[in-house]
Amino acid sequence: MYVAVKGGEQAISQAHKLLAKRRRGDTAVTELSVEQINEQLPLAVDRVMTEGSIYDRELAALAIKQSAGDLVEAIFLLRAYRTTLSRLYTTDPIDTGKMQVERRISATFKDLPGGQVLGATFDYTHRLLDFKLLAEGPIETGQSASEQTSDNPADSDPLLMSRVLPMLEREALLVEEIDDGAPPADITQDAPSYPCDRSARLQSLVRGDEGFLLALGYSTQRGYGRNHPFAGEIRFGDVELCLTPDELGFTIEIGTLQVTECEMINGFSRLPEGEIKFTRGYGLAFGQSERKCMAMALVDRALQADSYDEERTSPAQQEEFVLSHCDNVEASGFVSHLKLPHYVDFQAELELLRRLQNKKSVVSTSQEKPA
Amino acid sequence: MNTTRSQRQHWMSVMAKAPSEKLIELASSFIKSDDFKTIRAPEIGLAQIRGRMGGTGNTFNLGDTTITRCVVQSTAGHYGYAFIRGRDKAHAQCAAKLDALMQQSTLASAIDAQVIEPLQQQWNAQQKHKRSETDATKVKFFTLVRGED
Repeated sequence: MYVAVKGGEQAISQAHKLLAKRRRGDTAVTELSVEQINEQLPLAVDRVMTEGSIYDRELAALAIKQSAGDLVEAIFLLRAYRTTLSRLYTTDPIDTGKMQVERRISATFKDLPGGQVLGATFDYTHRLLDFKLLAEGPIETGQSASEQTSDNPADSDPLLMSRVLPMLEREALLVEEIDDGAPPADITQDAPSYPCDRSARLQSLVRGDEGFLLALGYSTQRGYGRNHPFAGEIRFGDVELCLTPDELGFTIEIGTLQVTECEMINGFSRLPEGEIKFTRGYGLAFGQSERKCMAMALVDRALQADSYDEERTSPAQQEEFVLSHCDNVEASGFVSHLKLPHYVDFQAELELLRRLQNKKSVVSTSQEKPA
Repeated sequence: MNTTRSQRQHWMSVMAKAPSEKLIELASSFIKSDDFKTIRAPEIGLAQIRGRMGGTGNTFNLGDTTITRCVVQSTAGHYGYAFIRGRDKAHAQCAAKLDALMQQSTLASAIDAQVIEPLQQQWNAQQKHKRSETDATKVKFFTLVRGED
């Protein structure tokens, strides 16, 4: 337990000034603008939006600037800001099937309607430092298809880019995802109690720390709750965001949203109805957050253990363990609180240990004395 | 009202997706000509975004987005609404005013031709450009037959 302390105001204000100075760095170097962060560190912005739980690129970029690049701190700032705004509406569910795809790959089918499109990816790069980026200069921009080939410029049309997994659903080889109209849980309103609904799990996982979920997903691959995953489809791009305000009475589009989606096809299992089908895990995140989405899908599947009569033997399958530790704002808050004054608490422990040692030495000296 | 709901949905969608500066620039001459009453001043809040499990299944909450809403009334008595993703009050106000004016049959076609249509074309061009960039990264994977020896 920590106790309240007084004083230190001046030192604290000096420390904050020093932080601002440190964040600014050498003033001979041009200051970084929020716009530059948004444009040139887009993947950091995507992560902060996803785990900070607000889709707003400018706010996320501002948080990154303010936190001097500490993304967990930036996520914390965004979550704190979130509480200052009231929630006015709930949007209609986004339709990722109608996504304006900028990247779509499948590791399960070579030939797909609409094809495999790599988009902007680190995949197939050599992971060699590019010293050209050290020297300022124009960047080689991608060649557009129209310059390269003119055969079918509308290939990435959302209408042609149909989803991969329904191909398996149609053959009754894969567990289907059907909307039964169940209203989703909202962990921002009601703290989850365990066992919880899959909607609460997915909501927690979206905000969950990428590193933590990545490690858990990895652990399933290494044998701790193995679920035999295949990346059925990963897609990234813009989706329409629609809203049906009561005061209007009809649906309107309020803008677009960049999201990444991962559909994992997992090992088959005998269902309660007796059929044997592939199972699935799902990942969805703001922006281009591919690693996060894949990790989320692996963990989502691991947490469905009960649905397929699997024994929960590994960390990734333990719902309460995963969900109550995946939030990095909560986790860093509790770890950081150790920095608060625990003077009284520690004095008590110190006193106890001293008493124990004294007692022991009294006992041992009395034992040494001959009777 | 002479406009159909789908027409209104269309212009509201185009204005919501348009870049704020461009919309305000194109709309300025129309907006100046009317005296609007503010029914609900531009207000920033959140909207909870929902996704679907597996893309097609039950819904779940993905996170929030910032949103700006605004309601105005034109002198002709039409209520103009705007709901825009993001935190741009000027954008929302401009869109709400145009929404009110567009409901006035005498103005609708002019605004459509001078504001909505150009914005829609700009959007289409951007989408087309994006698509062609994406299409350039299309691959055809070939599986290789493994040797037996």
